[in-house]
Amino acid sequence: MTKTTMTVNGKPVAAETEGRTLLSAYLRDGLGLTGTHIGCDTSQCGACVVHVDGKAVKSCSIFAQEVEGADVRTIEGMANADGSLSTIQQAFQDHHGLQCGFCTPGMVMSSAALLAENANPTEAEVRHYLEGNICRCTGYHNIVKAVMAASGQAVPAE
Amino acid sequence: MPKDGGIGESTKRREDIRFLTGKGRYTDDINLRGQAYACFLRSEVANGRINSIDTKAALAMPGVLTILTGDDFTGMGGNPAGWLINSRNGEPMKEPKRPVLAHGKVRHVGDAYAMVVAETYSQARDAAAAINADITELPAVVDMAAALADNTNLVHDEIGTNQCFDWGWIEDNRAAVDEAFKTAPHVTTLELVNNRLIPNAMEPRASLADYDAGTGDYKLYTTSQNPHLHRLLIAAFVMGMPENKLTVIAPDVGGGFGSKIYHYGEEAAVLAAAKAINRPVKWVAERSESFLSDAHGRDHVTKIQLATTKSGEFLALRTETLANVGAYLSNFSTATPTFLHGTLMAGPYKTPLVYVNVKTVFTNTAPVDAYRGAGRPEATFSIERIVDKCARELGIDQAEIRRKNLLTPDQFPYTTPVGLVYDTGNYQATMDKMTELADLAGFEARRAASAKNGKLRGLGLSTWIEACGIAPSNLVGVLGARVGLFDAATVRVNATGNISVMTGAHSHGQGHETVFAQIVAEQLGIPASSVEIVHGDTSKIPFGMGSYGSRSLAVAGSAMTKAVDKIIAKGKKIAAHMLEASEQDIEFKDGSFSVAGTDKAKTFGEIAFSAYVPHNYPLETLEPGLEETAFYDPANFTYPAGAYACEVEVDPDTGKVEIASFTCADDFGNVMNPMIVDGQVHGGVGQGIGQALLESTTYDANGQLLTGSYMDYAMPRADDVPFYTVDHSCITPCTHNPLGVKGCGEAGAIGSPPAVVNAVIDALHRAGHTHVTHIDMPVSPQRVWAAMNKA
Repeated sequence: MTKTTMTVNGKPVAAETEGRTLLSAYLRDGLGLTGTHIGCDTSQCGACVVHVDGKAVKSCSIFAQEVEGADVRTIEGMANADGSLSTIQQAFQDHHGLQCGFCTPGMVMSSAALLAENANPTEAEVRHYLEGNICRCTGYHNIVKAVMAASGQAVPAE
Repeated sequence: MPKDGGIGESTKRREDIRFLTGKGRYTDDINLRGQAYACFLRSEVANGRINSIDTKAALAMPGVLTILTGDDFTGMGGNPAGWLINSRNGEPMKEPKRPVLAHGKVRHVGDAYAMVVAETYSQARDAAAAINADITELPAVVDMAAALADNTNLVHDEIGTNQCFDWGWIEDNRAAVDEAFKTAPHVTTLELVNNRLIPNAMEPRASLADYDAGTGDYKLYTTSQNPHLHRLLIAAFVMGMPENKLTVIAPDVGGGFGSKIYHYGEEAAVLAAAKAINRPVKWVAERSESFLSDAHGRDHVTKIQLATTKSGEFLALRTETLANVGAYLSNFSTATPTFLHGTLMAGPYKTPLVYVNVKTVFTNTAPVDAYRGAGRPEATFSIERIVDKCARELGIDQAEIRRKNLLTPDQFPYTTPVGLVYDTGNYQATMDKMTELADLAGFEARRAASAKNGKLRGLGLSTWIEACGIAPSNLVGVLGARVGLFDAATVRVNATGNISVMTGAHSHGQGHETVFAQIVAEQLGIPASSVEIVHGDTSKIPFGMGSYGSRSLAVAGSAMTKAVDKIIAKGKKIAAHMLEASEQDIEFKDGSFSVAGTDKAKTFGEIAFSAYVPHNYPLETLEPGLEETAFYDPANFTYPAGAYACEVEVDPDTGKVEIASFTCADDFGNVMNPMIVDGQVHGGVGQGIGQALLESTTYDANGQLLTGSYMDYAMPRADDVPFYTVDHSCITPCTHNPLGVKGCGEAGAIGSPPAVVNAVIDALHRAGHTHVTHIDMPVSPQRVWAAMNKA
């Protein structure tokens, strides 16, 4: 076991890890941050997406020890300092972009990464970017609406 | 109107706060001190005789606490089948035992036959790999027709056949139906497959069991759509204990779609293990385990025939289906292809004669049970595909042939030839609305534009109906159900006027915490924010049958409104006393109890407080407190219906199908929260597009699941679907429940697959490929290309 340290949601943290401990397990089990979800075992569903040094990363596909010293942000760290929902989170609520909530953390993290890269994505760009986040509940309609709304763009009329 | 959130408002969801901030509490998020972890060892062969299981080496491995096998569960009951179906010859269906862990034989790849419990999951998994099981592999039966013909290779030796039952509906009408076919001016025939699907809720199944040695009480946190049903099945049927020794808690659950209705052996196994080691035991499925062991859906092979006049009036319809039940009967496996499928074969049409035959078949594959729509997508697909084929054969427009045969509003209530009584509907209205919203008139211009871009554009329609709001207990009991299908609510008014509603429904995405509060708020004239909805914990909620079958509003919601009615009735008695008036003179409106014709009034809050501090209170004639329970058994199914239009663009070189547009005009009766209803339709259509174009559950001839992960099982992703146009403004309120609601959870998955496939056929036909009469789902690029290029 090795003590692995990093910054998570702005706070320095430490937890014991084995070489094989995934970042997702470090977050969920080591730190008790269960907002990051595990939906598959082939790194395709995207429920586990977090930000590592500003980049969207599937936390199930990277070892905790590889992330030593990095700046990690999870869904628990997305709200504003005063506890209010961030623009993206609020957009998801406003537009009913979630139902069961299980894919939602990864969906929000991926969407945030998209908007950081591309402030005004087209519908096609949003859909393409979110290809790595599977949702079974929403049919994606309101998720795409939420991301477009969060970017400040006109939302397609119903 | 209450200050916030009444009926009909698109109130934003309160549950979103925890889901958006990572504070949801799904089963794997819950941890009990001292918990151990379970790993199940699953069969790698589809059919095998278990000769011996040597656990010696595994038991000696680090961290291992116990190992249980099928031998440890022979004293427990099997997982019961919930619906008895009789064959046409009167024989009851075959009901082989479904043990907690496989015993004697393994019957599908993924069939769990041993469980290791260890300090960590990794240790459990490593030890499972060290178990030495001597299993003789036997030939697998995978193909249904072959399974029926095979009397040597049996999934369950003791029943002597691979047929579960051979069901006819309605058998007495068969002769008349066959006669109509003999004399019909035109008969259309179609053979089709309704492809097996894997529900794939994004949260894998999980269970956390706890045993209290001091009291003998068990507690099970589990991914369930219906915790009371789990409690009943596990306690009374499987583990043989009174239900009052088991609490089942379904916390936040990440989707179900039917797959989390059923009791699975893992749940009883972890409970037994928790008692054995006197520590909590947690199990979380890996996704690959889910693929192998969650109940799959659909998997019908159907031949359907439609007899008509030369001008397209439907005279008779008959179908023969082989329906897969997999290796074991899951709790509703036998109901799904029969009373949720055959009874819908009249569709929304006035076809006077209908006969349905279904043979269910055991195969060495995962159990098959209800999955979003449960039988109704299968019925709708068969009907809407053959209607399309018939229209093409007769040279009749696809909208026109439907309009000729749709029931008209004056015909309700309508008793169908397959035994259901449709209460009300207006299928012309939804056709008209769809026609307008989908701009059918503009299709030709769009088709020409697509053609300029080298794409073949097609238009497919689907007019669908379903029976949901499951179900009237008496009726289903007569038909073989072994459960009641009522639901319940306890409405507890707290002393300071806020409300807790304990409901038997369970929300795993449907937004009940928000919508149910809106309904209570509307009824009581109080803010929705003062109403708290409690669900999922059997120690808190009255006995309800849970959420599936688009029943939550129609059944559990009705129970809730009836409980609120009782609250209001009691409130009037209290108010009468406080206002020194007679009960008959008390009116209740907008949260206030008043004496008719005066300005003497008491607020809801004052009445509530009085009930709990009963000083000015009629104690001689009225108990204190303000809490009421109602159980509601529906009088009938509910019958939402709609009209869908799908436009596709087919790439003639690659066969790839893109959905250009999808339009839904639905009648769900009264709508409580339009935003949530829209979301349900979006999600259902997304799944329907997945079935139509992408998803294929493929077993090879040895019963190996080839599509065992997201690498091979094509889930619909954001770039596979467009924005949908959905509408529910055509409203014919349900005539038999207090809210007038019909249910909307499954509609999208029911109505969409045939619209998609009809659109593809249309695209091909318009481009001259009229030899293509059908393409089975999933309509993959390869299948389209092959169909186009077949000589």
